[in-house]
Amino acid sequence: MKSAFGISLVFAICALALAPNSLSAQQAKPWEQIPIPKLHAFKPHQPTRIELKNGIVLFLQEDHELPFVSGSVLIPGGSRDEDAAKAGLVSLYGQAWRTSGTAKLNGDALDDLLEAKAAHIETGGDDDSTALSWNSLKGDSDQVFSLAMDLLFRPQFNAGKLRLAQQQMAAGIMRRNDDEGEIAGREAAKLVYGANSPYTRQPEFATVLSVNVDDLKAWHDRTLGGKLIVAVSGDFDPAAMEAKLRAAFESLPPARPVPTRHDVFPGPKPGVYFIDKPDVNQSNIEIVALGTDRRNPDVPAIAVMNEIVGGGFASRLFQKVRTELGLAYAVGGGLGFAYDHPATFDVMVLTKSATTVDATRAALAEISGLTTRPFTDEELARAKDNILNSFLFRYDTREKVLAESERLEFYGYPPDYLETYKASLEKVTVADLDRVAKKYIHPEKCALLVVGKGDEIKPGLDELKLGPVQPVDITIPMPSQPPSAEKKQ
Amino acid sequence: MQTRMRFALLGLLAAMALPFAQSQDLKSFEQKITTKVLPNGLTLIICERPEAPVFSYATFIDAGDVNDPSGQSGLAHMFEHLAFKGTSQIGTRDYAAEKLALAKVEAANDAYEAEFLKAVGRDPKKLAELKKAFLDAQVEAHQYVIPNQFTDVAERNGAAGVNASTGLDDTVYFWSMPENRLELWAWLESGRLADVVPREFYKERDVVIEERRMRTDSNPEGRLFEQFAATAYVAHNYGRSGIGWPSEVSQINATEAMEFHKKYYVGANIVVAVVGDVKASEALPVLERYFSRIPAGPKPQEMTTVEPKQFAEKTVAIQDAAQPIYLEGYHRPDYRDPDAAVYDAIGDILSNGRVSRLYRSLVRDAQIAAVAAGFGHYPGDKYPGLFVFGALPLPGHSTTEMRDAIHKEIDKLKTADVTDDELAMFKTRTRADLLRGLADNQGLANSLAEYQTRYGDWRELFLQLDKVDKVTKADIRRVANEVFVPSNRTEAWIETEAPAAQQPVQKDGGAR
Repeated sequence: MKSAFGISLVFAICALALAPNSLSAQQAKPWEQIPIPKLHAFKPHQPTRIELKNGIVLFLQEDHELPFVSGSVLIPGGSRDEDAAKAGLVSLYGQAWRTSGTAKLNGDALDDLLEAKAAHIETGGDDDSTALSWNSLKGDSDQVFSLAMDLLFRPQFNAGKLRLAQQQMAAGIMRRNDDEGEIAGREAAKLVYGANSPYTRQPEFATVLSVNVDDLKAWHDRTLGGKLIVAVSGDFDPAAMEAKLRAAFESLPPARPVPTRHDVFPGPKPGVYFIDKPDVNQSNIEIVALGTDRRNPDVPAIAVMNEIVGGGFASRLFQKVRTELGLAYAVGGGLGFAYDHPATFDVMVLTKSATTVDATRAALAEISGLTTRPFTDEELARAKDNILNSFLFRYDTREKVLAESERLEFYGYPPDYLETYKASLEKVTVADLDRVAKKYIHPEKCALLVVGKGDEIKPGLDELKLGPVQPVDITIPMPSQPPSAEKKQ
Repeated sequence: MQTRMRFALLGLLAAMALPFAQSQDLKSFEQKITTKVLPNGLTLIICERPEAPVFSYATFIDAGDVNDPSGQSGLAHMFEHLAFKGTSQIGTRDYAAEKLALAKVEAANDAYEAEFLKAVGRDPKKLAELKKAFLDAQVEAHQYVIPNQFTDVAERNGAAGVNASTGLDDTVYFWSMPENRLELWAWLESGRLADVVPREFYKERDVVIEERRMRTDSNPEGRLFEQFAATAYVAHNYGRSGIGWPSEVSQINATEAMEFHKKYYVGANIVVAVVGDVKASEALPVLERYFSRIPAGPKPQEMTTVEPKQFAEKTVAIQDAAQPIYLEGYHRPDYRDPDAAVYDAIGDILSNGRVSRLYRSLVRDAQIAAVAAGFGHYPGDKYPGLFVFGALPLPGHSTTEMRDAIHKEIDKLKTADVTDDELAMFKTRTRADLLRGLADNQGLANSLAEYQTRYGDWRELFLQLDKVDKVTKADIRRVANEVFVPSNRTEAWIETEAPAAQQPVQKDGGAR
């Protein structure tokens, strides 16, 4: 009964939207009378950048507010660079590196020592990099730094700790189909990049179990020769810290350049894809295509367009699907841009099973509308206000400024990128929006993925008339040799 | 706009031999912080932290879904959504006309509900007519709405992280903004607290029900936790779904939401904390002017219900498509109890990091679990909550193994003292974590508002350290023996059912 109610309300409101509106625009706007003084002068505190002769870059960001010192070493090379037959290697490496420890101090002893001081040293892996990081109270910072350097330069990978990490990953694989949102996000990305792409291939029991300690060592030795980026922040003396970092990193051989990747990004095969999840009452709808990368000069215009389509409370998707139709709590999306490869275009809506088709239609209409419903001056002004007036929050702490510097260095962007990006945002026009929408928004190239309870989705996805509904098999391939004991029901 | 499972890291406080005395922290904060109680009872806290030209705020309402009247579970959260819909001055084309239209919506809903709820003699034809009238009334009211204007003005003025959260214990509204928008913010925030309008209420109710589907119905952990709390409590509202039982949240009406507002959104029940590039001497008069608009009113009376002592072990066994999860909970006292810090110590020693007992025994050594932890208070801490243990078994291991291994660790706590190192580690780490949180405007605003509300004095954020410092090994053993007993226990787990057999999913929406 609830669902029928929802649908009829949808129609009622749609009818209203078509009716001519004879009402006055708005009563007085008292908030516009409130003065907005000039913003206090502010210059973000930039870290000191030091490039060593071997190419390694150091960043020092002093911050004496609290008595802590933290640091990190960013190492190029991540899961997209691992052997497909050993998918999961970088993730295992990220865990086992730290839990194994060093020859002098194994991982367990390191845990005891650090935790007693409320200090941390951690390692981890990402798709394009791995990292080692540390954090401690000022008084412990020399000791913690030297432990971190031991772990960086003299790790001792341990088969037992690798095994532990493999078990954890196996548990993750086993559980990866439990949460609807996790399935939708993962499978949508696979539709865009391809199931075997370095960006989306899944670790499986077989690939995870094939990783051995020699693989971890080889990975470590290979990547440590790359261009490291070392960033330290907190309550330290800069001269002393620089000397310490130089002593640790200056004698390393010249950093090897990162090999250029030659990835192919074909984008999704358009169509309707469906994953049946019998234990839910809500559908996760994802409309996806290939996005772009940040080097694209159209990115400022795209960012403004994104704000209009799915940015905030006033965005087209939020206004339509959530506020006006009441069809979703979670709705949003836009054309993504990553630093060094195309991200995805992704619009997602979560709606109850019975309104799956309605919500999909509403979202598709908003996507098509980007090329057919011209952008207005009002939309442009709002989006620019939203982005530019909150731009400050990209660098309002020293920690954020440091992280941005590291990121720009890692991906080879100019250090003044944020400033030039902001200046470009300011220049975006309605004509730019119309142009980028036409250039990048192609509803016919999108794939539609729905994860939901099939027998509750009425009307069914065939009603969309977007072609046959293609089931996606997400069965977890079980190993011939089970990871541990036999699965018990 | 989200319900919250709060683990209140800042609630875990400790003091130890660190290179600074707590009194210094307190002293330095006393110089930065100005507090003022307005004539209407509302407390303002300003903390000057001029690191960058921005500020964050937290408005802390001492009411949450635990205060929902019977039959209206989810009301506090529903009201929180309403507080984003504007006021009589923002979000409307013509408030005088809109007010009349909204009254008609309410009357139409009442008529529809009355027919709908008839157990005997409900007339389907009449019901359909009443429903149409209800929808028509909404369409009529909608023509006066300027959708999302309240949030639009905030966002166009640089608001970042615009959100709110409703827990069982409390409701918090928050965002960050450039410092030159302080007065604009004060206008917006005081307006929505004092002058909320039940605009688009019934569509927003659909949005909230979608939120429930996402967080609870369609999420195995959500389903498990809801049943777990519902089973552990027999009398106290902690046993009730925070986001609301489907039949109740789908029938909450705007009149009920406005009554909730009238009772709980009074000055004495609200603390507003602002942290950032703000000068108290300049800002306080401005804030005072705006926040004085909020009605005075008596602090709402505390609830009388006290959960009776549990005397029999309870279990919830869910057959589910998902992989197994194991939970068990023990009733424990509230945050004001003299032993509150002892529970924090137990949680830390059992669960914090790779040195913790549960990690080392279940994950590292026995290698039966992917995750194992014991944490402080669920589903809240204002009233006596549950100390919860949980574990995710590795493939091939059962929830029974989790239970047995957890019980073994509990027995160790009861029969032997924790080590000096463990106790010292707890005090050092939690103290450091508190300090780490002080450099974040939003986190600090939330903490100051929370401590001011919970203890009547934000200083307690630091003074709590004394209690933590006094925790002894004997305390831990005593509390473990008192509380971790079978008759005080509720166990809940998911066992994976065979893939072929499908179990019926809870049907949508309940009554409607």
